[in-house]
Amino acid sequence: MIDRVARFGRFWLDALERFGRAQLFLARSLGAMPSLIPRFPLLIQQLYASGVMTLSIILVSGLFVGMVLALQGYNLLQGFGAEAALGQAVALTLVRELGPVVTGLLFAGRAGSAMTAEIGLMKATEQLSGLEMMAVDPFKRVYAPRLFAGFLALPMLAAMFSAVGVLGGYLVGVEVLGVDAGAYWSNMQSSVAFVEDVCQGLIKALVFGLVVSWIAIFEGADCIPTSEGVSAATTRTVVYSSLSVLGLDFVLTAIMF
Amino acid sequence: MNSRTTEILVGFFMLIFFAAMLFLAMRVSNLTSLGSSTGYALVAHFDNVGGLKSGAPVSASGVRVGQVESIVYDPDQFSAEVMMSVGEDFVGAFPEDTTASIYTAGLLGEQYIGLEAGAEDIMLGDGDEVTLTQSALVLERLIGQVLFSRSGAE
Repeated sequence: MIDRVARFGRFWLDALERFGRAQLFLARSLGAMPSLIPRFPLLIQQLYASGVMTLSIILVSGLFVGMVLALQGYNLLQGFGAEAALGQAVALTLVRELGPVVTGLLFAGRAGSAMTAEIGLMKATEQLSGLEMMAVDPFKRVYAPRLFAGFLALPMLAAMFSAVGVLGGYLVGVEVLGVDAGAYWSNMQSSVAFVEDVCQGLIKALVFGLVVSWIAIFEGADCIPTSEGVSAATTRTVVYSSLSVLGLDFVLTAIMF
Repeated sequence: MNSRTTEILVGFFMLIFFAAMLFLAMRVSNLTSLGSSTGYALVAHFDNVGGLKSGAPVSASGVRVGQVESIVYDPDQFSAEVMMSVGEDFVGAFPEDTTASIYTAGLLGEQYIGLEAGAEDIMLGDGDEVTLTQSALVLERLIGQVLFSRSGAE
């Protein structure tokens, strides 16, 4: 009985310790940010790895999400004879919610898991210890560029997702279903505000970018340096960052809108 | 991967981002009409603005001439004060006895302000007030009036 209680306590203590370690890790990575200025090419390299490589999946899924929104929205709005409001429905849904959230989820699956696997493998093959041996701080050389690149890339991808989604909605709503093109754009323009809707959606994406890349890098750096350890860490990255994106989305929406 | 190719692709990525932002700013949210604050201001007091929102169009004979800038409650006159900005092309286009009314575009559409020119020779200038106004049509009040007049007729 006592043994069971002890194990239960140990579980929560371990979880708490890991959480604290993650905070310290974030603080040290952020502290290493200024050293990025002389190492600018590293940032470019990471922007390529996390941004450019995710571009195609973002553009394709953005197009399809916009098309589905137009299809579903049309069926719903038709019941009220308000098909003209389709542009507004598609644009607001994309800019406020689906743009940042779906981009965050896809980014966690595409770029976050790759980051964890890369860093985990660096640890397993003792490249990180090698760096430390050469007096190269892995926070400056490895973690900070990745964190900052993720922080920058996610809002950019979210903006592209929303833009492509609106075009996808146009394609289905106007070209296929026959909503008036003028009504589609003018309803959208009169209801979407740049600062309140577009910019706040991008603020959400900034937060998601920081959290997803933080989780991905920490899981990589904290993994057990074996092949099973790396694969478990990659799984944890996808699960934790998807959950945090969805949970944070609710909190941010409640604060901002 | 050649570092030059990487840089070119990242630059391309940035370009797509800027194009997306430009599209979101200009086409999706109407940032262009916010920038054109070169017009002149008109003020109008309404007993009830209904569902009018700032950014709603101001039109004359169905042609868009400006937009609503702000709606506040004026405690001195116990009514809503609506600030409109009208494009500079329309300076001196509206006589003093112009009527401002709040209409609804379609059955469920958004509300907008319609200006109907009067017959005076003196024209409205920057900051002038449109004194003749007609409030928004509130459905509940309309139904109430119909019920009241019917019960009065019996």
